[in-house]
Amino acid sequence: MKLSPDQSVYWQYGDISINATLVWTWVIMAVLGIGSILITRKLKTDIRISRWQCILEMIVTGISKQIQEVGLRQPQKFIGFLGTLFLFIAASNLFIIFPFYDPPTGSLSTTAALAICVFAAVPFYGIREAGLGGYLKSYIEPNVIMLPFNIISELTRTLALAVRLFGNIMSGGVIISVLLSITPFIFPVVMNALGLLTGMVQAYIFSILATVYIAAATAESNKKRIPKGTND
Amino acid sequence: MDNTTLIAAVSIITSGLTIALGCMFPALGQGKAIANALNSIAEQPDAEQTITRTLFVGLAMLESLAIYSFVIAMILIFANPFWSHFIGQ
Repeated sequence: MKLSPDQSVYWQYGDISINATLVWTWVIMAVLGIGSILITRKLKTDIRISRWQCILEMIVTGISKQIQEVGLRQPQKFIGFLGTLFLFIAASNLFIIFPFYDPPTGSLSTTAALAICVFAAVPFYGIREAGLGGYLKSYIEPNVIMLPFNIISELTRTLALAVRLFGNIMSGGVIISVLLSITPFIFPVVMNALGLLTGMVQAYIFSILATVYIAAATAESNKKRIPKGTND
Repeated sequence: MDNTTLIAAVSIITSGLTIALGCMFPALGQGKAIANALNSIAEQPDAEQTITRTLFVGLAMLESLAIYSFVIAMILIFANPFWSHFIGQ
């Protein structure tokens, strides 16, 4: 049984091989990149804007509103990273409606790479927002005894991010292939529709968790900005 | 019973147990979470949006626990490292 798109190799020369994960990752990158270049080529501030610009504005404002609700007060600083994560995962999970498509998020290498990006982005944004001292101080919150647990949780949550996304998408593919051999007519379609829902929810979860982790690392700078005694 | 038979038997039994237990307890947890969320929505229908969003995030986190055991079961059946070690000899 084929468990991951890494196993279907399209082209091989020596140690270098091009598998389905690589191909479909580049296809998604091309669709997202070329699509947004084409849409943003002629932006207008008119009353009448093109419908594509309208869709793009809805997506961008929706993502930045979600980021703001989690606790990052200036979403425009983070939307480049978090929005890209969400759009890439959502696109790669939703493209399963096309035939012959293998979701690259069903491969542990893709999800591990995405999780490592989050792992690196947390100290990056933490140091940029709270300073080196402020970021390191987030490790001894609420007190020094928690230091080893905070370090362990930093590693395990990266592993959990990777395995969660991989497992959800991979299990969707496995369930469909098992059902195809038992009841090949209606049920695979139903499970595919369920896979669309799971894929969207997983994309949301992945990016919201990344947002929560970054918000926790930058909490020091947020605390300073809020005057004491105000609740909002 | 030689090594490969033993490994096959143990892997199959363990993967069945893994998926059984790993589905049972997350299912109990998810049931509790949904019941409590429905209670809170009935008490405060205004907060439905926030509750639903948090519920979905929480359900997906619980779901991923079951998915972890599914991954382990899949590894035990289709990509068992001990099996390939003894077959490779």
